[in-house]
Amino acid sequence: MTSDVGPEGDPSMTAARSWKVRVYVTLKQGVLDPQGRAVENALRVLGFTEAADVRVGKYIELGLKAPDREAAAGRVAEMCRRLLANPVIEQYRYDVIEGDA
Amino acid sequence: MRWAVVVFPGTNCELDCHHVIADVLRQPVEYVWHKDTRLDGFDAVILPGGFSYGDYLRTGAIARFSPVMGAVEAFAAAGRPVIGICNGFQILLEAGLLPGAMRRNESLKFRCHETFLRVENAATPFTNRCRPGQVLRIPIKHGEGNYHADQATLDELERAGRVVLRYVTPDGSPTPGANPNGSLNNIAGIINERGNVLGMMPHPEVAAERLLGMEDGRLIFESIVAHVEGRASDDR
Repeated sequence: MTSDVGPEGDPSMTAARSWKVRVYVTLKQGVLDPQGRAVENALRVLGFTEAADVRVGKYIELGLKAPDREAAAGRVAEMCRRLLANPVIEQYRYDVIEGDA
Repeated sequence: MRWAVVVFPGTNCELDCHHVIADVLRQPVEYVWHKDTRLDGFDAVILPGGFSYGDYLRTGAIARFSPVMGAVEAFAAAGRPVIGICNGFQILLEAGLLPGAMRRNESLKFRCHETFLRVENAATPFTNRCRPGQVLRIPIKHGEGNYHADQATLDELERAGRVVLRYVTPDGSPTPGANPNGSLNNIAGIINERGNVLGMMPHPEVAAERLLGMEDGRLIFESIVAHVEGRASDDR
């Protein structure tokens, strides 16, 4: 259910809206990526000699309900910190898109 | 003393650990399911190897949130011995009970073969039955044992004698060729600051009997017994 009532920033507007989130997790710069190196070698063997700096990561998508984009992003950041990424070796970024699609 | 062997969905080395404690050491041992929240009455906890939660997301990443892990953290905080073997080590890393993280093996291969480990610190609850510098023959079986930590953490581990086991050649040299997975500094096992939590990738439980061709792993378990029973003169 998407709520479209209430002025922007009105604290009384707590109806949850639907958000689609795309999370990208990659190894931090400086952390050797054995998979990325193997993929890069394979690309070169196939003739893609211009391929460089290949890094293999993870893509995670999820849906959630939150009153606004900021709240949704806050929850996603917490998900990343606690579970989706390991801050010792990984970094993350995410996109928050309104709607179910 | 009583031993606990913690079992998560996907753990597969619990039988071997149980066998070594019950049939080789002849000590009381019980399985503890990951949904249990108490470790009362146990003197040592083993987090065995396997593929908890199918290694989904990252090795150990989901198991660390199992209900039993609160009890494991409390057990460790009380100064009691916790040993994580292979996937158990990975879970301890994800839980923050040990520093660092595991990456895929440098070779990208699942490595299953014997390794040689030099005892870098024989004054721990896990190695007090070993001689300093002794080389142990214990096998590995893992795809993600490539230990990583930032330089400051590595320096601190080395300075404080917290690198307990290092991959070496049979004659004790920590060469790149002796390193099966790309681990920084050839690290095979580390302890926490307090010294009562050990993580190690090799499997001592499958190397504890003459029948199986390797016996050095028994020293790890016998060290824990000596520690708990107060017979270890030189560990902390």
